[in-house]
Amino acid sequence: MKQNGSGDESATAADIQASDGAFYCVGDWTLEGIEDLDKRLSRKHWPDGAIEVDGSRIQSFDTTGALFLADTLSDLRQAGHTAQVAALRPEYQQLLELVIERKQADHGASKPAKKPGLLAELGRYTWSKVQHALGLLAFLGETSVVLARSLLQPSRIRWRQLFANVESAGLDAIPIVGLLSFLIGLVIAYQGGNQLRYYGANIFIVDLVSLTMLRELAPLIASIIVAGRTGSAFAAQLGAMQVNEEIDALRTIGINPFAMLVLPKLLGLCIALPLLALFADIASLFGGMVVARFLLEISFADFIQRLPIVVTPFSFLFGIGKTPVFALIIALVGCYQGFQVHGGADSVGRQTTESVVQSIFLVIIVDAIFAVLLGTKGIRR
Amino acid sequence: MQSLRVLAPADLLVTVRGLSFSRGERVIFEQVDIDIRRGKITAIMGPSGTGKTTLLNLIGGLLQPAAGSIEVDGERVDELGLTEIYRLRKRMGMLFQSSALFTDLSVFENVAFPLREHTALPESIIHTLVLMKLEAVGLRGARDLFPSELSGGMARRVALARAIALDPMMIMYDEPFAGQDPISMGVLVKLIRTLNDALGLTSIVVSHDIKETASIADYIYLISNGRVVEQGTPAALDRSTSPWVEQFVHGLPDGPVPFHYPAPPYEAELLTGSAL
Repeated sequence: MKQNGSGDESATAADIQASDGAFYCVGDWTLEGIEDLDKRLSRKHWPDGAIEVDGSRIQSFDTTGALFLADTLSDLRQAGHTAQVAALRPEYQQLLELVIERKQADHGASKPAKKPGLLAELGRYTWSKVQHALGLLAFLGETSVVLARSLLQPSRIRWRQLFANVESAGLDAIPIVGLLSFLIGLVIAYQGGNQLRYYGANIFIVDLVSLTMLRELAPLIASIIVAGRTGSAFAAQLGAMQVNEEIDALRTIGINPFAMLVLPKLLGLCIALPLLALFADIASLFGGMVVARFLLEISFADFIQRLPIVVTPFSFLFGIGKTPVFALIIALVGCYQGFQVHGGADSVGRQTTESVVQSIFLVIIVDAIFAVLLGTKGIRR
Repeated sequence: MQSLRVLAPADLLVTVRGLSFSRGERVIFEQVDIDIRRGKITAIMGPSGTGKTTLLNLIGGLLQPAAGSIEVDGERVDELGLTEIYRLRKRMGMLFQSSALFTDLSVFENVAFPLREHTALPESIIHTLVLMKLEAVGLRGARDLFPSELSGGMARRVALARAIALDPMMIMYDEPFAGQDPISMGVLVKLIRTLNDALGLTSIVVSHDIKETASIADYIYLISNGRVVEQGTPAALDRSTSPWVEQFVHGLPDGPVPFHYPAPPYEAELLTGSAL
């Protein structure tokens, strides 16, 4: 809209100056020059009666400038002056008229600005969460149907993809799960061991480490790492396929994307995660053994000897048994979010983040429910 | 629902009757009737955002109509169960706007994919079939390339080869000419026509490229604001004086399809400073 190219970089501030009883518009009446014009104008003292503003000294003019000029004139008129602009260049005059015309043409009933109240926003937020939960439930249902059908005909399960998933979700995650579990075992033993030493109860380090890690922490660490590593990968992969219309293409070729894409991931993770949790158990116990050996003078042999006394089969299975449920949650949320992708690449990123947050959230909630339901069952006193 | 069944004449492959569909509050289709004749190329035209792609998804059973019936080859798509829908879809090829090739498979494997999934043919037969389909679209030499190495026009031709892999009874083209240079546009126009005639297909072309589409279509439906506003052969449409046809064919910015997206009064919006 700019009608004069005189100096984009250094615009002279627009202003209305009085000289010899006349008013002159000066400077660049453009987006760059206009900045704090309204402040300057509000301080200006206008004489009573008729005011004629001379526009001949305007250096450049655009829609913003025209809007300001039009507003200034109508403000003056409302204040009781007879105001008009004169000697404006023809092309500037044209722009000014266009702006005034547009303003008047859309003169409609003005509605007061309405900001939704706190209650309305709370309601909207709640409703979106409820819809999300319902969507996830529908997804679970659809997956269950396909799962049931596949279990009746195991030849229809895509075993190759399933084991590829076991490899990428399980085998490839062993180093990081192992290292982190080892470190957590080490830290727990170190923190607890220092306390135990005061009471000479060194041997109870075995109880502390094995029960904490085997019942709760090791499966949880494995699940959280898998949620971050694999759940996000599921969401991103399906999301990218969604953007590229590949999932629609599968449907039109006559292939159920649930059977092809979701089921192998779900079953693969249900196999991989318990195995990973088992590995995390071992690695974390080893971490505890190292601290026990060097800080509390409990040999590896003593540690291992006490282990079966402390850890009942129930305690061990309680920890491992939760992981297929966690695997189900991670795979479902990851795939669901992947299918939720609509539009472009930004949506892929958003849903991937969402999948990680949601699956970790749900895993911890479900873990807490398990803990409350089964309490201290299986712990010897 | 049995009483609602419309028995279509034998020369109609697809019959759409009284179709209504909406997304949220927005009405996409209202009481739309469309017939697709066997062996012909039928074009569905209209401005962007009028739900042309949605119509293809409805015919393919990817979406469920709110009202009305869709019949493909004597079967009510909107009443079929999931298994039957998938069985029917094998006989309907679809060419997506984004080509939708599987990015981790080579050109050869992309075309072979439907064959491998739905048949138990020996590898040698699959090999021959795939090369035949690729030859038909002129890309036999590109069989080892990956989708990321293809130009837009080539990707669309590979997608076309994949769509005809199972020898379907019909193909639905979603904006086949969008974003193509003049040469690949010409190639696609020729391919659609020759494939349709050589393989005895029925084609539905959704497009807004008036010149290319009019040159191959046997019949054209013009859709706007959720309704069929005009229909006829390309020649008949060319003579039409309907304001819809006028605006669409000549690309006028304002007309029955307004320039402005529905909005609150300009002044109101300026005063409140926010979209209500």
